[in-house]
Parts: sequence; structure tokens; C-alpha cells
Amino acid sequence: MTRALRRGPVHAALWLIGAAWLAPVVGLFVSSLRPAQDVAASGWWTVLRHPALTLVNYRDVLTAQGLGASFFNSMVIAVPATTIPLLIAAYAAYAFAWMEFPGRRALFALVVMLLVVPVQTTLVPVLRLFTATGLTGTFPALWLAHTGYGLPLAVFLLRSFIGGLPADVLDAAAIDGADAVQTFFRVVLPLSVPAVASLAIFQFLWVWNDLLVALSYLGGRPSVAPLTVTIAGLMSSLGGGWHLLTAAAFVSMVLPLAVFFTLQRYFVRGLIAGAVKD
Amino acid sequence: MHALLLAALALAAIPAASAAYILGAEAALARLPTRPRRALRPWVWLAPALAFVAVFLVYPTVDTIVLSLRDATGAAWVGLANYAYAFQSREALVALRNTLLWLGLFTGLVVAGGLGIAAMVERVRYDAAVRGIVFLPMALSFTAAGVIWKFVYEFRPAGAPQIGLLNAVLAALVHGFEPRAWLVGAPWNTLFLIVVGVWIWTGFAAVVFAAALKAVPAEIVEAARVDGAGEWRVFWQITLPVIGPTTAAVATAMVITALKVFDVVYVMTSGNFDTDVLATRMYHALFVDQHLGRAAALAVILLAATVPVMAANLRRLRGDEAAR
Repeated sequence: MTRALRRGPVHAALWLIGAAWLAPVVGLFVSSLRPAQDVAASGWWTVLRHPALTLVNYRDVLTAQGLGASFFNSMVIAVPATTIPLLIAAYAAYAFAWMEFPGRRALFALVVMLLVVPVQTTLVPVLRLFTATGLTGTFPALWLAHTGYGLPLAVFLLRSFIGGLPADVLDAAAIDGADAVQTFFRVVLPLSVPAVASLAIFQFLWVWNDLLVALSYLGGRPSVAPLTVTIAGLMSSLGGGWHLLTAAAFVSMVLPLAVFFTLQRYFVRGLIAGAVKD
Repeated sequence: MHALLLAALALAAIPAASAAYILGAEAALARLPTRPRRALRPWVWLAPALAFVAVFLVYPTVDTIVLSLRDATGAAWVGLANYAYAFQSREALVALRNTLLWLGLFTGLVVAGGLGIAAMVERVRYDAAVRGIVFLPMALSFTAAGVIWKFVYEFRPAGAPQIGLLNAVLAALVHGFEPRAWLVGAPWNTLFLIVVGVWIWTGFAAVVFAAALKAVPAEIVEAARVDGAGEWRVFWQITLPVIGPTTAAVATAMVITALKVFDVVYVMTSGNFDTDVLATRMYHALFVDQHLGRAAALAVILLAATVPVMAANLRRLRGDEAAR
């Protein structure tokens, strides 16, 4: 048998896998552009036979179904929920990597243990805390909670990156008279950009795609709901309104897909590093 | 709330406040004599992270364990009654069974699928395209994936045009196929939910395995082939030992993912038709039944299942420290 023939099954399997992975996404996108009666009456793969396309589903979900506001809410939730934990984690990682203090190893072991603690374990007490302080249903509640949940992974990964920076560079800064703050902002942070960028993408997408934390701490208030919560609500209220559901889902996917296609290298690296947490 | 004010706060004020904290604290340290300054400095840098971790992870974990021994409102001790509920009531047992199904099938399929795809893409020129396509769902939320796949599973009675991809494909391929409501009949419906999880995570495993397979020494594989070893023999005796640690790491990550799975089930079936998992049952106990004790007990079971992973991570950390 020739080499090419023997590889026939491999090619066939890979094409089949590629099709199986893409078809559901293509079906979603095509359906979101078809008129309501077409989506309900025929499969999306027949679109070439009745090629009627429309943007009216997008107009409907963005305005009437409130997805435009939810997009804004997702943004307002995700940006601080990414910047706060990263900065705070970088401070802590710097201390863990380059400062001597009693209990350093024990505290870092605690960080490693907390990496895999399920969010569910914290849900009841944190909810009671937010209710007692009046934070339930506000954006700051989500900023604070996501900071807490994101920190162990960020500290863990940044410590190993910052700890791997060459000691000579930090010593040189010290000889030049740089204090801890100057060393951190002028030397450590700029050198850590690749690690911080990967982590930032991971944390941003994690918060953007989160449903459980938002659902639990926002108390079901539609005015503050991010995309995931609004779409989960539409799933039960719209039932079979697939022309709207598909458009809504695609709205929530635009930003992650843009990140995927433009920052793929950081994205892959960040997600792989992040999986120790997930 | 004022949208623009919020956006400004989100974008500028928060990083500025974080930077101001460290500058202020260091300025205060600078007034101290050398020795207390050196002793205090690490704690200044650690304090914000430690405070967040204490309030949002450590205290809640301890409190959840305590609450799991108390009643619906957390007012009185009830001993192990909530655990009796978790291991005896029908709804909690269904959730336990399904979580076990997720643990076994989801983990197994992602590891096997990822490894299989990684081994196959090695042999073709369009490997980057396949890896990219399979990795793409990782960018999406489980909520969006839930919409995508509920549409794939959409069911219309026989005779009506099927608009769900799965029923349409099977009707085209299998003669006399009766369309099915895939998400209704237990326990198979859990399998169809697991497929969604596999669709999302297999790309991750494939990319990790593809990197690991590059470390398999090509000369040894060639030598084995020359000696007449078949593909399977090469795989079991040369490839597998090299990628063993990677396989363990991927499997561990998937076990943790399977334990916490919530969104797919919540979005696609809301836990109806016996598809509940521990996480959705816990959510139900907390927000629908409003029984804090039961919700806490279910959370403690999830936590207990992660303890072996914690122990393994700590062992690995100790190994790393020793190697430094």
C-alpha cells in the first residue's frame, strides 16, 4: 500500500471531526441571519435554496430583548474583574518571588490548595456577606468576587514567571538606587508582559463567559445582568424562538471570537495555563 | 446607575487606586528604620491578595462546612441530616449519579479524543487548521454552547421538517429513522449534555497533547519501526511513557471541570428530566428550596472530591521547591 492510501482513514477522520466541530457554529450563525418563519420551517442547511437573509433578528435582540444593555454590563463587569486581580496578584507574586519573610512557603502552599476550590463551596457564605452589606445585585459585588476567585491562579502563575526573571537584572536596579516600587513598576512589570497578557485574556474570558457567579450574586436584576444571564433567561422565556436565540448567542460570542482570531497565541497559552484551575 | 461614570470607574479609577495603595504604603514604610521596614515590606505587598483570598475563599470554605451541619436558615445544629439528604433523597442521588457519569465519560472522552486528534494531526499538513477549529469552542461560554447544541438537538415530530441538525442527519443516513427528543429520556440525555462539554474541551486536550507528542524522540520511534514494531506497539511502549505526565495533568484538569459543571445543564435542561448534577442541585437547594444547610452539604461533597487533587498539587509543589 502506498503512504497516501494508508493515510486515507486519517484524512477522512480529520475532515469528519472538523465538520462536526464547525457545523454547529455555522448553523447558529446562518440561522441568526434568516427570517423567523424560515428558521422555524426549514433546516439552516437549506439556506441556499431560499437564500433570504436579514439583520432584523439582531435589531430585535439588541433592543427589544435587552442584549445591547447586557453587552455593556458584561464589559463593565469583566474589565475591572480582570485588572484588579492581576495587579494585586502581581504585587503578591513579587513578594513571594523576591522577598524573605516567615511563613512564605506555608502561605504559598495555601495558594496552591485554593487553586481547585470550587466556586460552589463559597457561594452560600459570600451571598450572605453581600446581602448583609447591601452589595447583592451590584457590579462591585462581581468585581470583588471575581477578584477573590481569580487570585490563586494569577498569583501562582505570576510567581513562577517573576521568580524566573534573572536576578542580575533586579540587582542592577537595586545598585542604581531603585526602591521596591521602582523595581516593580520599571523592571518586573514590563518584563512580565507576556505572562500578564496571557493571564489577562484568560481572566477576561473567564469572567465574560461566567454564568454561575453572575446568576448567584446579581439577585436576578435584569438591569445589571451580563450577556450569559440574559441569554440563559431567554432560553426559558423564548422557548422555540431560534431566530432570536441564535442571534443572541452570536452577540455574546463576537468578543471571544475576536480575541481568538487576533490574539491566538496568548489566548492558547493563557487557557492552557488556566486549566490547572478549571 | 450612570453608565459613563461606571465605565470611567471601571477603566481608570480602579488601577489608579491599586497603584496609589502601593505607593502610599511604601512612602509610609520609608519613614521607618531599616529593620522594621524590611520585616513589614513583604506584608504590604501581600496584604491585598491575602485579604481577598481570606474573605472570598478561606472564610467561605470554613463557613460552608459549618453551615452544612445546620438547618435551612443556618439557625440550629442538625448533625448530619443534610448529608443524609445528599445520599438518600432521590433528587440528590440522581445528581450524584450524573456527576459520576460526567466524571467518567467526560474525562475519558476528552482525554481519548484529544490524544487521538493530536496523534492524527501529526501526520497531515493542515494540522494547524484542524487544531484551530477544534480549539475554537474554548473561546465560547458554556451558555452560548448550550444554545448552539440545544439547536442541534431540536426535535420535531416525525413527518414535520426537522430543523435540528442531529435528527436531520440521522433521518438522511438511517432508513426509517424516527426523530427523537434527545434531551428528554434519562439517562441518555446526560450523555448528550456530556457531548457538549466534550465539544468544548477536546481542543484544549488536543493542543496540549500535540505539544507533548513533539517530545517523543523520533529516532527511537524510527528504530523501533525498523525492528518491526507496529503502530500500537510504538504507541504503548514509546509514546505513552513520554506523554504519561501530560495525560495525568489533562485528566486532572478535566476531573475538576467535570465536578464543577453547571452552565451546560442549567442552560439546556435546567436540570429537568433527571439531568441534574451536584452543582445544579446545589443551586436549586440554595435559590429554589432556600435550604442553606442542604446547599452547603452538597458543596462540601464537591470540595471533598477535590481534596486528592489538592494533595497531588501540593506534592508536586514540594518536588519543585526541592529541585530549585
